[in-house]
Amino acid sequence: MSPTAVDLQALRFRWRGAASDCLAIDAFALAPRERVFLQGPSGSGKSTLLALIGGVLTPSTGQVQVAGQALSTLSSAARDRFRADHIGFIFQLFNLLPYLSARDNIMLPCRFSAARRQRLQQAGQTAADEVLRLAEHLDLSPALLGRPASELSVGQQQRVAAARALIGRPGLIVADEPTSALDADRQSAFLDLLLGECAASDAALLFVSHDPRLAQRFDRVLNLADINRAAPSGSGGME
Amino acid sequence: MSPIWHLTWRSVANRRLSVLLTVIAVALSVAMLIGVERLRNDAREGFARTIAGTDLVVGARGGAVQLLLYSVFHMGNATNNMSWESLQKIAALPQVDWVVPLSLGDSHRGFRVVGTSSGFFEHYRFGEDESLRFAAGRAFAPAPEGIFDTVIGAEVAARFGYREGDHIVLSHGSGAGVSFADHADKPFTVVGVLARSGTPVDRSVLVSLEGIEAIHIDWQGGAQIPGLHISPEQVRKFDIRPRTATAALVGLKNRVTVFRVQRWVNTFADEPLTAILPGATLQELWNLLGVAEQALLAVSALVVVVGLAGLMAVMVASLGERRRELAILRALGAGPRQILALLMLESMTLALTGICAGLVLVTAASAALAPWLASTYGLRLGIGWPSMSEWVLLGAVFAASVLASLVPGVRAYRYSVADGMTIRM
Repeated sequence: MSPTAVDLQALRFRWRGAASDCLAIDAFALAPRERVFLQGPSGSGKSTLLALIGGVLTPSTGQVQVAGQALSTLSSAARDRFRADHIGFIFQLFNLLPYLSARDNIMLPCRFSAARRQRLQQAGQTAADEVLRLAEHLDLSPALLGRPASELSVGQQQRVAAARALIGRPGLIVADEPTSALDADRQSAFLDLLLGECAASDAALLFVSHDPRLAQRFDRVLNLADINRAAPSGSGGME
Repeated sequence: MSPIWHLTWRSVANRRLSVLLTVIAVALSVAMLIGVERLRNDAREGFARTIAGTDLVVGARGGAVQLLLYSVFHMGNATNNMSWESLQKIAALPQVDWVVPLSLGDSHRGFRVVGTSSGFFEHYRFGEDESLRFAAGRAFAPAPEGIFDTVIGAEVAARFGYREGDHIVLSHGSGAGVSFADHADKPFTVVGVLARSGTPVDRSVLVSLEGIEAIHIDWQGGAQIPGLHISPEQVRKFDIRPRTATAALVGLKNRVTVFRVQRWVNTFADEPLTAILPGATLQELWNLLGVAEQALLAVSALVVVVGLAGLMAVMVASLGERRRELAILRALGAGPRQILALLMLESMTLALTGICAGLVLVTAASAALAPWLASTYGLRLGIGWPSMSEWVLLGAVFAASVLASLVPGVRAYRYSVADGMTIRM
């Protein structure tokens, strides 16, 4: 049994100089391979929560565990490496480095993470093969892979970002409103691809969105306001 | 660090235009700095190798530097001549081995005419005790046969295509261009062409002292005496023994006596004279020029600072639009230190490219300008690997570029800590 993908215990986070907590979550857990839809309007502390899970921020009190590892026990450099090894991020927009080709963007995590390279090796795959496989699954033609990221459409960019998050099979995919820049048809198609690939690579998915229409496809739907006991107002800072 | 190297290169390649302009600015500033340094050192070396084996230079009373400049380097003019009698007395001193008189004041198509004795070819030394060599022909014969013979320097021969047997006309005064006072009635015959020596001799027309006397025999006060014309054939009947000289090179039997002879000349009772030690006077000249050299070098260094400031400005300006790129890199697992390294590496790559391009530029420019500098100023540029002092300057420029790259680097570090993975527009 693999460890819980994300486990938050008695988490409190307050921005330096702020009068009140931005986040106060008593308990939240994301099981392995579980797909959770986290709904929250802007300003509800979503991005702060994701930064805490990614280890870019550290909680004021309480604990964040990712893949069974308590992040507070790691140095900041080790947290950076841990993030590279175990979490794939997809953002709302501008996910890609404009000066790299789509292929190089997808392969970028393998440059930062030895663990992702190793997992590919153990599965008997090369990074180049895996890029082609993911691209095919995500409906990206091989011809697109050589193009600079800045020449791709928004939909193509988001699929490249998904491939980049997934390469080397991290245990957790965190998606922060990845569909908000897409029209309704493409939203649904993108979600299909993302859910399918997460299942195929045994990754848990934490999908953050303010759009409840997408929620029905997930194992569990949560509203951030329900688990966050801190007053939503005055959260500031990250949103 | 490997992902950072990869990204540095791609990111630089992506911003070609601004990168190119920045690199050009740095390259030009480095080329200027190294060019000034090279010119400075090569000029010094050129001066230092111009005269060797001469223990004293004697001329009319005046400044030491001035005497050295007009007698050896053909720069400026003498205010007074010295008499032949004084010269004979110096030559008669027991410590003196040889005396070579020099008589200046005439020119040939912009090149200086030097009246001297045939001892010049024997005793003049340059570089590391090298003698003048003939590329063709021979030295002029002693008077009276060789009065209208001339030996020309390599540059004079090359410029006008003169060869043995050609006839040339000397002009009165040392005007650089056209002279209206030609000694056209008494042409000289080229009997020898000297091999290139890298000294002012290359740009000289050498004639005998008697020849100088002969062409001025029917002249007075800088112009031909009206109505008086003495032909070259007649001139041999006149007394054309030299009466004056502009300066003289003196060689001693034993260098130990140099200060005694110098004091003797400086306190000579018959005529106010000055004797100088060429090496010591060169040193004096460097001290004079040192301030100007330092100023030139300082200005060049400032230009480099401006170039690097431009690089810094371009990098910092690009950071605004690259904040989201930094956030993406953070999400992919880059730490703030790697972000710092990325930005510093980018700046340093640009600076280093600029430095290399500057070196190429200055090498190409000196190769292109070398012939012109050599023929016009007698300045021989060294072309090749940078000298020790140039490496020091290049190292300093690189060190400055490392410091400059800290500015965008630290700024990006701060951004990446403050923004985390949040993509800011």
